[in-house]
Amino acid sequence: MTPLASAVLLTGPVAVPLAVSACYAVPRRRALSAWAGLVSPAAILTCGALLAAYVPGHRAVTTGGHLLRADSLTAWMLLVVGAVAALACGASPAYLAGERDAGRFTDRDALRYGALVHAFLGAMAAAVLAENLGVLWVAVEATTVVTAFLVGHRHTRASVEAAWKYVVICSAGIALAFLGTVLVYYAARQAGLSESAALDWPVLAAHADRLDPDVTRLGIGLVVLGFGAKAGVVPLHAWLPDAHSQAPAPVSALMSGVLLSVAFAAILRYKVIADAALGTGYVRLLLAGTALLTLAVAAGLLLAQRDYKRMLAYSSMEHMSLVALGTAVGSPLAISAVLLHIAGHGLAKSVAFTSAGRILQLRRTSRIGRVRGLLAQAPALGAAFGLAVVALLGLPPFSLFASEIGIVRAAFADGMGWPVAVALLLVLTAFAALAARTARMVLGQAPMATRAAAPAEVKVAVGAGVGGASRSDPPAPAEGRPEPPVDERPVRIGAAAWLPWALGLLACAALGTALGPLGHVLHAAAAVIGGH
Amino acid sequence: MNTGIYGQLLDLAAGIFLLAAVLTLWRRDLAAIVRIFAAQGMALAAIALLLGLHEHRWDLVAVAAGIAVLRVGVLPHLMRRALAAGAAAGGETRETQPLVNVAASLLTAAALTLLAYAAARPLVRLAPSPATRALPVGIAVVLIGFFTLVTRRRALSQVVGFLLLDNGITATAFLATSGVPLIVELGVSFDLLLAVLVLQILTTRMRVAFGGTDIDDLRELHD
Repeated sequence: MTPLASAVLLTGPVAVPLAVSACYAVPRRRALSAWAGLVSPAAILTCGALLAAYVPGHRAVTTGGHLLRADSLTAWMLLVVGAVAALACGASPAYLAGERDAGRFTDRDALRYGALVHAFLGAMAAAVLAENLGVLWVAVEATTVVTAFLVGHRHTRASVEAAWKYVVICSAGIALAFLGTVLVYYAARQAGLSESAALDWPVLAAHADRLDPDVTRLGIGLVVLGFGAKAGVVPLHAWLPDAHSQAPAPVSALMSGVLLSVAFAAILRYKVIADAALGTGYVRLLLAGTALLTLAVAAGLLLAQRDYKRMLAYSSMEHMSLVALGTAVGSPLAISAVLLHIAGHGLAKSVAFTSAGRILQLRRTSRIGRVRGLLAQAPALGAAFGLAVVALLGLPPFSLFASEIGIVRAAFADGMGWPVAVALLLVLTAFAALAARTARMVLGQAPMATRAAAPAEVKVAVGAGVGGASRSDPPAPAEGRPEPPVDERPVRIGAAAWLPWALGLLACAALGTALGPLGHVLHAAAAVIGGH
Repeated sequence: MNTGIYGQLLDLAAGIFLLAAVLTLWRRDLAAIVRIFAAQGMALAAIALLLGLHEHRWDLVAVAAGIAVLRVGVLPHLMRRALAAGAAAGGETRETQPLVNVAASLLTAAALTLLAYAAARPLVRLAPSPATRALPVGIAVVLIGFFTLVTRRRALSQVVGFLLLDNGITATAFLATSGVPLIVELGVSFDLLLAVLVLQILTTRMRVAFGGTDIDDLRELHD
């Protein structure tokens, strides 16, 4: 590949989103078309696809004096980021129109939203493309800073609280990852690597066997803890359900669908170094332990969940712990399954979150118990949400079925039968909780028919007169103005809204049936990480 | 520079650095805590300056100057502004009731320092030198920062805890390896500045939404 081509392909995924973000940020007379948002995902996808076609079988592409680098893993992650970003940005115009109609978003808010979302995409692409582990850290921390105001965009108490927890927990957690990075750098410098090479991932991975084991052990432990905070695994996971439930729906889709896995990709990079320096046992123990704890927390809280956006957030934790478990196994088969799982989860979760955002606009409540008969009221919406959860449950034909089977098979083949047996039990619990709640939301009679017999509605009406009868209902959110009655007439969802959902579900199902040309880059990416 | 004096000055700067972290646990007055934080930034810049002079690396001297500007000037200024806004809104200038009282906090700081020395033994053993022998101080400040973060209840105290944590990491980086590469250092400082700006704005919003900045009031979201 010529230097010019590699420079364009590697800087494009970072530069184009930042340029789009700048376009949103500068004041202008004419409003920017909502579809301008699709430029950045298109750039990321194109560069990712070209890199995916070229990189397997060649040497990694670098540019900018070893600042950016793309190997097969980078290409795969770029494809995932691009695909999920396309779904989220494609769903944004319909979402923003809904928010504007409800009076929650002004034109200025929409511009700020665009600027922040595209800066967020640029930061994630930079995190995936960074060759230097220090720059990787800077990019991951930048995602926290950029998304803080997206999480806290509504100025309500819940929104401010979520943003505060998000910034404090993620920044402190990721600071620990920086301490770990510093310790690895120290070990590398003492092993004789030069200042510019000591944080350079390929050099470090090639010379990892010379690192001092004690210092590296401490450093890698901190790195797993720190990037784990951003990837939503215990012990620093408390921000995740709050942030994912308060952010605008397309941003929740991006955060859950790719931000978690971009942070996890950093752990994958460090795993290569740790395996060479310390043997495979250390990272395996760390990741298997965190994975099982996270899975237990997620399954437990899913069982008691009454809010559907938080339910999806805990489902993200469940899937990230499966990813961590597969990484703990570490064989090439397991890593392939992990990467496929990352892609499948990203696609399915972005459909789930964007359709959940539409449900929230339609029914004005995020309580599971108050949503019934979605399929009858809005068939496209109910089908999208239901099928996305079916995909998240790991049922065929969606790709999460194939990847979960792959992780389990690899674990049994590699002598990790016990942890996986425990994990399967917990996944089954989560499955039951998710399936029961979603079935209640999606199925059931049309709201018009249930209204006559719905006790909740009657109770509110009576409670207003008698007082006290509605005490069991939660207090209305402090919005400052009374909520108009919920419109429960059948709703037609426009093509602009359902097209991204259909495409996401189709892509997820297609990945599950045949990998096609992607199989090549997937296996090459797994070979980058799963060398043993 | 004379090696003996260099070692002594480095130990002095590291000592002040650790002492400042302990003092933030002792004082309740938020304005005093911000002053102590600025003094700690000065000690951190002194560590970088000493290392730069000792190794005849002028880029390190420049980094030391940058650290002084950021951690003695800009960040304390931002915190003072947040504090002034708080005082104007409702007179929140003190850390009212930390989760752990002052005496217990100081004892915990002593225990955390011992823990840091124990945990950092392999780090010192790898390359003993005057700088790396002071390295446990950096780890101790990281731990004290984390402790401040989880036990303090005012939003601004949490920000101080986060910044202590970050000062500790930067000190560790200098003492272990004379700092990370320049591009990483720049990126980290920029991220830090933005994170503090974000937290400052969120503090203002919190005051509007909750009528105060007590973290215990944040209980809208739970399962």
